[in-house]
Amino acid sequence: MITIRYGRRHFEPGPEESVLDCLERGGVAIPSGCRAGSCQTCLMKATAGLPPADAQRGLKDCLKLGNHFLACICHPTENLEVALPEETQGVTPATVKQLELLNDDIMQVALECHQPIEYRPGQFINLFRDPGLGRSYSIASVPGADSHLHLHVRRLPNGRVSGWIHDELRTGQTVEVRGPAGDCFYVPGRPERPLLLIGTGSGLAPLYGIIRDALLRGHTGPIRLFHGSRNRGGLYLTGELQELTRQHSNFDYVPCISGDEIPPGHVAGRAEAVALKEVPSLKGWRIFLCGHPEMVRSATRKAYLAGASLQDIYADAFNVNQAA
Amino acid sequence: MSEKQSMAAWWDSRHKSLYERLGGEGAVDAAVDIFYRKVLGDDRINRFFEGVDVQKQAAKQKAFLTFAFGGPNNYTGTDMRTAHARLVQAGLDDSHFDAVMEHLGATMQELNVPGDLIAEAAAIAESTRSDVLGR
Repeated sequence: MITIRYGRRHFEPGPEESVLDCLERGGVAIPSGCRAGSCQTCLMKATAGLPPADAQRGLKDCLKLGNHFLACICHPTENLEVALPEETQGVTPATVKQLELLNDDIMQVALECHQPIEYRPGQFINLFRDPGLGRSYSIASVPGADSHLHLHVRRLPNGRVSGWIHDELRTGQTVEVRGPAGDCFYVPGRPERPLLLIGTGSGLAPLYGIIRDALLRGHTGPIRLFHGSRNRGGLYLTGELQELTRQHSNFDYVPCISGDEIPPGHVAGRAEAVALKEVPSLKGWRIFLCGHPEMVRSATRKAYLAGASLQDIYADAFNVNQAA
Repeated sequence: MSEKQSMAAWWDSRHKSLYERLGGEGAVDAAVDIFYRKVLGDDRINRFFEGVDVQKQAAKQKAFLTFAFGGPNNYTGTDMRTAHARLVQAGLDDSHFDAVMEHLGATMQELNVPGDLIAEAAAIAESTRSDVLGR
């Protein structure tokens, strides 16, 4: 008899019963929609046991890797522990080990989580200034290669958390971290496929993690990074990125400036425009887009129109929290 | 006409649903990618998709194609009517519906779907015209 564990309770699905039907019968409200495996509203995650492959139909690679599945079409073949995706993030205190300005606006925060969290570079965590006041920051570090978890925090005008991080936070202090979450990360398995990464501002953080993750895992296909800012001051890690291009012949870095002053070695234009001009056909490419929501939205559409499959476009829009 | 089919094969070809004959969900997945790209690239109709989240809309296109291919769906006439009401107010008309039908046909041709199945799917899609255009 197969059992499903959700929270503290156990459920036994009937012979033809899906996980969704079973949990609902037991009084658990799971978000659902089409109940036919299309809309993905009933997305859940198996924290123990493996969901059957046909319950992962249509999911992006990264979600399959993370044992996500669609509850409405899941007929488990082994015992499972399941949770809603957002319920699987643990909260842990973390000590600030280092604070370093990478440019005038961007602070690298190095954290040591008291309980190590398993993450993939490119995912994000929520960092809490107070129990009620937290913000999402993408992870730029690579487990194993970096000793701590790295975030790149851009100072926002009147930023209640970013301002605090830049002006008040000190090394040795403890913060609360929840996560990781997000599906913007490198999925191994096709080392020869071309990768296109486009970022603006601190959108470089997840991309920097993804690029190094890919290279460390032996990615051989082209990896092309286009990082853009209004002016040169908005770029950062330029030295490190250029060093990476010297060490890896398949990695290419193009710093883009959308403003008026184009220093030597930089290309004029918005990062997405420059990228799409340099790589006009994106069929077969995996694309990572991180940073300004407008860029992410527009680049998603353009990349798709240029031939990229929607399943291959990983977008992480850095939305600014508007609450005063 | 080729050699005699077995009774079972003849029965299947007459009684399998259009959706199964088209190739089920695999066919829909292949079709969405091509179909939606054609729609978004068409200046006659892409203004109706401005500001729309491409990934979310693709899920809706998949649901529509599943329906058009005679597959499992929860669509009602009212759903189609409400979903397009705002667009009708913004000027959605027969010419736009025709353009989308064009892309549906072209997509199926690109996927080498036999003409008779294309006609069946087109007929299903065509049946939504009044609801989509709020008539």
